[in-house]
Amino acid sequence: MKNPLRDEASAFRVVFLTLGGAVLVALGAWINTWLGVAVFLALVVVALFAIRGGMRPRPPQAHVVHEGGPARKILVVANETVAGGELHALLGRKAEGVSEDVLVVCPALNSKLNTWTSDEDGARAAAQARLDSSLSRLRESGIAARGEIGDGDPLQALEDALRVFPADEVVVSTHPPGRSHWLEQGVVEQARLRFDVPVTHVVVDLATQPAR
Amino acid sequence: MSAHAEAAGHEHHGPPLANRSSRLDPATLGMFLFIASEAMLFGAFFTVYFFVRVVNPDAPATWPPPPYHFPIFVAGVNTAILVTSSFTIHWATQSIKRNDRNGLRAGLVLTILLGSAFLLTQMVEYAHVGFNTSDGAFASVFFGLTGLHGAHVFIGLSLLTIAAVRAFKGHFSAEHHHGLEIPGIYWHFVDVMWIIVYFAVYIL
Repeated sequence: MKNPLRDEASAFRVVFLTLGGAVLVALGAWINTWLGVAVFLALVVVALFAIRGGMRPRPPQAHVVHEGGPARKILVVANETVAGGELHALLGRKAEGVSEDVLVVCPALNSKLNTWTSDEDGARAAAQARLDSSLSRLRESGIAARGEIGDGDPLQALEDALRVFPADEVVVSTHPPGRSHWLEQGVVEQARLRFDVPVTHVVVDLATQPAR
Repeated sequence: MSAHAEAAGHEHHGPPLANRSSRLDPATLGMFLFIASEAMLFGAFFTVYFFVRVVNPDAPATWPPPPYHFPIFVAGVNTAILVTSSFTIHWATQSIKRNDRNGLRAGLVLTILLGSAFLLTQMVEYAHVGFNTSDGAFASVFFGLTGLHGAHVFIGLSLLTIAAVRAFKGHFSAEHHHGLEIPGIYWHFVDVMWIIVYFAVYIL
């Protein structure tokens, strides 16, 4: 959702949109009271549609400035699948023969209600526990990895991380198709469109993971 | 593959760091939530207004009930004044983003003058409107809604005055002008609410 009051310039536009809408409602009501009501309701629907982002053009692709250091920077975005064997095997293959710097970001998945009421301690604690478990496994495999908790929106978490960690490559780990909310939301495709960094998608089936 | 493992993070003492999302900075989120609560307050007053005017079985057929009239023209001029003030505060904000301090100061002074003119005009309107709160529910609603809005204009003017004092003291820069941006958002909100009040109460 795009907040129409996120800055002064956006609020300035809202003033004129309100003025235009009020004139339309007044004209409609002047012809017929119920027409005025209908115009008002139609404008409310249009406003909600616009706030939800339906009319916004796709944002320009974000350019990631690489530092060109000796280590290959790999950014991993994963949640429940962060401890998955497929992800760890992929990271192991990518790290073979090169010096690697892996940052694992676990979005603190939360319900909309909890997000709006800032009740995210539980979500962050759960994400931290998964992250700790995954990091210890990666380190056991000899992979230099560190981790952090990210925004509940995986794309936002990815963008936040890329600002401080200009990765050479991004790995997005999800559940298999049909069980993954992220795949349903098109997170992988949107990540490829939004960031000019190679994005690798790895599927982790937790049902087939060996017990640890 | 390198065989070393890095520490998960730096040692941190004291209370846990506050979690901040990059989607919205805390000051803007605070003003957004404040405006949301203000919108609900106005919503309560509009509910009373529409009840008195439309839903109420005893609602008068004409609005306002005869023999009273609302000063539509004067309120229209006041609307133009307030909409113009949105331009001037926007000019002030855009000016400081270009490091133009003269534009910032001029924009703020003009906005305060226009806001003060709005309040003065409203006081004159009250003095000559020809009815008082004891003349019926419609009058109570009229003074309630427009008075509530007037109080918000006063708050907005206070915030803008603080911003103006800071602007004349040399505060704000192209990178740091939150003390202006936040009152600017509030001022636009006050403007939006007046447009709704004007069309709902005076025009419809």
